Amino acid sequence: MNIDLTQAALKFTPFHNRTSRACRTNSWYRWSGYTVVAEYSTTELEYTATRNGTSVMDLTPMYKYEIKGERAKEFINYFVTRDLSEMKDNTVAYVIWCNEAGKVVDDGTVFCLNQNEFKICCAVKMQTWLKDSAEGFDLDINDVTDDIAALSVQGPTSCSVLKNYGATNLESLKPFESKDFTIDGYSVLISRTGFTGDLGYELWTNPENAEKMWDSLMESGKHLKIRPMGMHALEMVRIEAGFIQTGTDFVSTEHALRPVRMRSPYEIGMGWLVHLTKKDYFIGKRALKAEKENGTTERVLVGLDIEGDKPAHGAVIYNKKKEDVGIVTAALWSPTLKRNIAIASLMRPYGTKIKDDIFVEIYHPEELEYKKIWATCKVVKRQFYSPERRNMVPAEVY
Amino acid sequence: MTKKIYDAIVVGAGHNGLTAASYMAKAGLDVLVLEKNDYIGGAAVSRELFPGWKYSNCSYVCSLLRPEIMRDLELYKYGLQIIPYEGSATMMKNGDYYAHYHDHDMTVKSISRHSKHDAEAYDRYSRDVMRQCKIIKPLLKMTPPDLTSFKPKDILGALEFAKHFAAKDELGGLGEKEIYDTIRFYTMSIADYLDEYFETDITKAHLAGSAIIGTALGPCSPGSAYVLLHHYMGEVDGSIGSWGYARGGMGSITKAMGECLKSHGGTIQASSEVTNVIVKNGRAVGVATLNGDEFYAKKVVSNLDVKRTFLKITDESDLQPDFVERVKNFKIRGSSGKLNIALEGLPTFPSIPKDDPGGNGDLHFTETIEEMEGAYDDWKRGQWSKMPYVDMCLPSKSDPTMAAPGKHFMSVFIQYVPFELANGGWNEQRKQDFGNHIINRIAEYSPDFKDLIAHYEVRTPKDIHDEVGLTEGNIFQGELTMDQLMFNRPITGYAQYRAPIKDLYMCSSSTHPGGGVMGAPGANAAREILSDMNIKQKGNHY
Repeated sequence: MNIDLTQAALKFTPFHNRTSRACRTNSWYRWSGYTVVAEYSTTELEYTATRNGTSVMDLTPMYKYEIKGERAKEFINYFVTRDLSEMKDNTVAYVIWCNEAGKVVDDGTVFCLNQNEFKICCAVKMQTWLKDSAEGFDLDINDVTDDIAALSVQGPTSCSVLKNYGATNLESLKPFESKDFTIDGYSVLISRTGFTGDLGYELWTNPENAEKMWDSLMESGKHLKIRPMGMHALEMVRIEAGFIQTGTDFVSTEHALRPVRMRSPYEIGMGWLVHLTKKDYFIGKRALKAEKENGTTERVLVGLDIEGDKPAHGAVIYNKKKEDVGIVTAALWSPTLKRNIAIASLMRPYGTKIKDDIFVEIYHPEELEYKKIWATCKVVKRQFYSPERRNMVPAEVY
Repeated sequence: MTKKIYDAIVVGAGHNGLTAASYMAKAGLDVLVLEKNDYIGGAAVSRELFPGWKYSNCSYVCSLLRPEIMRDLELYKYGLQIIPYEGSATMMKNGDYYAHYHDHDMTVKSISRHSKHDAEAYDRYSRDVMRQCKIIKPLLKMTPPDLTSFKPKDILGALEFAKHFAAKDELGGLGEKEIYDTIRFYTMSIADYLDEYFETDITKAHLAGSAIIGTALGPCSPGSAYVLLHHYMGEVDGSIGSWGYARGGMGSITKAMGECLKSHGGTIQASSEVTNVIVKNGRAVGVATLNGDEFYAKKVVSNLDVKRTFLKITDESDLQPDFVERVKNFKIRGSSGKLNIALEGLPTFPSIPKDDPGGNGDLHFTETIEEMEGAYDDWKRGQWSKMPYVDMCLPSKSDPTMAAPGKHFMSVFIQYVPFELANGGWNEQRKQDFGNHIINRIAEYSPDFKDLIAHYEVRTPKDIHDEVGLTEGNIFQGELTMDQLMFNRPITGYAQYRAPIKDLYMCSSSTHPGGGVMGAPGANAAREILSDMNIKQKGNHY
């Protein structure tokens, strides 16, 4: 394939030579200016790799920023809603951050490399928001997205795959811990994190090692049911895990054209990440405190267990088949749960106090005709699937 | 001391017994399951007969297990995960191969290597078989109506059955032709059916396998087309007709069901062979076991096949002679055997290119319908087939839990093998001869296969009969022919899971809709039992 990269609309990741060779369907997906594989062979088999063996996914397009300086930790703790004042070296934290009005800018992970050096990994471009927020902190903030080749390695056999790859004693790494490894002479940061709800890890290395790393991983996993996974399968596993996706389940304040579409953490199921008791001020604290005290939260993000087996993509939710009370943001027939699940944004008190008599109106396409289905649904925990092996220490080894 | 009276006792901890028991326990009943073996699962088991290797000793693949049952019983919570097949292949003597894949376009591309005609016909064939699947699917969770009864339930049931056959709303209006097609499909041989679509032997042979697996019919026998449908009407997540492995072997299914049962307060007692149903004043009131224990219950549910239920554990004097006669006439002929093999490495099959996903599913050697029919002819004469149809797979290629990394478990299903041999019964020598015959057959296609064998288990229909308890080793607990399906299954007039003795029920694969690790008979039976007890089930799909 000879493509003039200067003419191409989308960037190639450092794994492109490998992913494009593994992709049997020529099916690609735009992600933050990069092109990544949507489906390698069939989505079902890629999905299964995450729940049965190991899936490998190219994560490079996730935005990554390094934050360095003596006041880095102080800044991070001011930037995000979660209290990270006790954050230790070589740990990772799942966080959200808000604007001054208490509306969510993005969610992501913070990596504490040491007390003066952090990295933030997220879905939305954040350089300017970070810099604006860090005014006066005297920090060095850089976009390092293109300087890191990132892979996600997830599934029940993932620890074994990485041990074969050279990550000695990896099974003792706890969830949300990270560790530097030197493998085949190059350095790799491995964190026990992921977006699949299963046992899994994420790997960062210098782009020049990308192809070597891919090849070694595939070799290490050849008896452990390893398979590259595309974006379609990722969508399935993340819904089962109940993870939210910026732009799908909520709109970032950086993108919302209509200010009313902006959401507070309490409206997207992220209240648990808001630590109003945090000693120091953090961006949005005043507004969030007021929201909490006055009970002005309008919406709620819930999990739905829907009758039948027709996925409720984009469906409208009704109270007693009459009043429109919300919308499905993501839907899936879950192959593992054998349940018809969805993530939905509801107008309170629906989904909080009122959980009965809620219907989803599904239009199911049947050969050029839509079959309209009124399906009853139950409001359930959004984390639909969380197997024991996910958090087990030591991790399962095959 | 008065003995405890359970709400229900289920005889046999196979998947249907456990399904019925779980639904009943979930509805609040106090349920006891008694199992003769020291392990549970019946024919859905994973046993480690050789250290380090898990065998799916009997049933080996999963497709028919109803998703509604997995959902209602929340089997995922107890570790059940289905891994879809990546493909399937028939190896050819000329060194070529014929393959199907998980990806439809790849399948069509692959068939067209053999015949452009067949590749195109495959789409039409798939559409037509899919239509039949759509018609039959809703029937799987219905109790067959009694056509001779005038009870409102039966009249409505008959109309419901008829509606699905006419299926006007389901399929956007079937014309007369399609209704005739359905009737033809249920009565034709698979050889005739496939002749109407395909031109090459290899396509037909590859597809016909599903029509003979587990049945004592040949591909030219009328009624074999339905058996194919029976193997196609399952699904793996909407992918109709797809097959998959249960992660950890088929025992994971019954293990999960057992866990579900326990979580709802049910009890399983292994090593407790039920020898007879205790009948008092015309009602089943309990069971007695081999060691002399007696257990009492309001309802007794037999998950044994219909012959064992009425000819072995029920006194003939408690039944009408004509009923007993009909049970004796129930066709439950053993026709298949099995080899379970532990391998030190992955055997090479030179005719399938390395890393071709077609090699990661079911593998076969039979190239023509004639060869398949010839295999059946041997069975009719009381011999195992000289050129058997084998359905062979290596679950460990997809499932990391069956053997250590790099080691493999191979399941080899063999059609045809008689329950009784013409030259006398089975003995150890004949069993080993049969095993060697199959191993030699596989070795013809895999030069390194024999050297990799660490251990193997040979299962004849006699072994399946003796150990698992399936009469004559018939995997469906009764032939899947029209005379034994729906309202005729197992016995005309007794298709609604109720035995002729009050408070005795049937939930095995001998009842509608039959075998194949579907769970539907168990779930349907539980619904009928609960309805007799005026207990409403909440939020279930059965």
